[in-house]
Amino acid sequence: MFNIKNKFVRQLFGSLTDLLPIFVVIFVFQIFVLRQPVPNLADIAIGTAFVVLGLTLFIQGLEKSLFPIGEHMAYAFAKKGSLFWLLAFGFALGFGTTAAEPALIAVADEAARIAAGGGMIEATEEAKLSYALGLRFTVATSVGFAILLGVLRILRGWPLHYLIIPGYMGVVIMTFFAPSEIIGIAYDSGGVTTSTITVPLVTALGVGLASAIRGRNPMTDGFGLIAFASLTPMIFVMAYGMII
Amino acid sequence: MTWIHEILSVFLATLRDVAPIVAVIVFFQLVIIRRPFSHLKDLIIGMSYVILGITFFLVGLDKALFPLGTVMAEQLTSAEFINPTTDQSISIAWQDYMWVYIFAACIGFATTLAEPSLIAVAIKASQISAGAINAWYLRLAVSVGVAFGIALGTYRIVSGTELYLYIIAGYIVVIIQTMFAPKLIIGLAYDSGGVTTSTVTVPLVTALGIGLASSIPGRNPLLDGFGLIAFASLFPIIAVLAYAQLTDWLAQRAANKSSE
Repeated sequence: MFNIKNKFVRQLFGSLTDLLPIFVVIFVFQIFVLRQPVPNLADIAIGTAFVVLGLTLFIQGLEKSLFPIGEHMAYAFAKKGSLFWLLAFGFALGFGTTAAEPALIAVADEAARIAAGGGMIEATEEAKLSYALGLRFTVATSVGFAILLGVLRILRGWPLHYLIIPGYMGVVIMTFFAPSEIIGIAYDSGGVTTSTITVPLVTALGVGLASAIRGRNPMTDGFGLIAFASLTPMIFVMAYGMII
Repeated sequence: MTWIHEILSVFLATLRDVAPIVAVIVFFQLVIIRRPFSHLKDLIIGMSYVILGITFFLVGLDKALFPLGTVMAEQLTSAEFINPTTDQSISIAWQDYMWVYIFAACIGFATTLAEPSLIAVAIKASQISAGAINAWYLRLAVSVGVAFGIALGTYRIVSGTELYLYIIAGYIVVIIQTMFAPKLIIGLAYDSGGVTTSTVTVPLVTALGIGLASSIPGRNPLLDGFGLIAFASLFPIIAVLAYAQLTDWLAQRAANKSSE
């Protein structure tokens, strides 16, 4: 019991150190650059305690749940040996986690407003809603496809950059043909798809698969799923902008 | 009372985010793999830690940091702060925004260091490389990449140059680095681009981009405000690859010295 408490306290201090730079930056800029007092000190103190506690709990829970789940699923699928179900799992995981992602919903609504302003779609609520929904499903499908492709790559042992570099080239070429309103959104959508819960789970899945399959190195083959999940949305969103 | 209300609503939102993930996992575990979960109790405890952790983290950020951070981003980019003395009609040079670039770099660096998903990936990388990859150095490298990326991204908004020119140039650098970097790091480096931008960084950086684009005449906040996240996802890749190349080079030089 003492040991666990000790570990928790140590993690608490670790989280505090992780967050310290943010406070230093904000206080220094507030006091020395903007030359203003810091408002609501009490709120800031309580909020800080919450952030530190939250980060500590998250890291403790990570090692107990998200990492083991990802790895166990990887081993179980490798043992079962069914390629179809493994790929289906990859797709479902990518699609399911992205479709409901709040950051994506915000970006999709923003994009619909831009599209309506630019005359790409009609400026009615209905048209905007269907545009935003279409965009969300496009991104979710692209992330599902990304995890599927990434899992297939780990199984086959293809070098990551053989897939990522052509992907980059695809992004570059499509940039010249896609409507200019959509480019900023497409580039940003690559970054918003990967949430705090998805990242540890998907990383553990990739590393687990690479450890379970003979001849794969968890370090060279296990990473890369997140990279696919940030790349494919850019391509799919630009394609969406070109079709609509 | 407002605290309790806020905690509850964030808690419910987090539950809603987790629900599809849990549904997918439970379906595949029970229907396809057809085996009960092992260590179910640990999993449930761990999952509650994760959900509670994210809840407290978000409520705390919302109360303590985001209000101050976003107001700060607006004030630093406002015309009165940039150019208090001269006539507003005189065009403003990009050098006048020096504090904005410095703030962008500092806040990018600091928020990335606290990003939970980056911490998770760094822990995993350090575990499977048996400590060869230092979790702390990896996070530092990624943070430096984000700092540089966001500072450059704010410069782009101020100068009004095209987004794709920067992104394409960045990709070319990544491709060249990939050819020379140690093979072991490539997957991790590519991944670190995607993990930098989640809970902490995105809201503050978005406020900065939109504040900047609305305060500069001739910029459209809806069009030019976007793109900072793309910078924050691209430059960490370059930074992590550079970090691996640097340590590789230092190790080689040390090996050459000792063999002489």
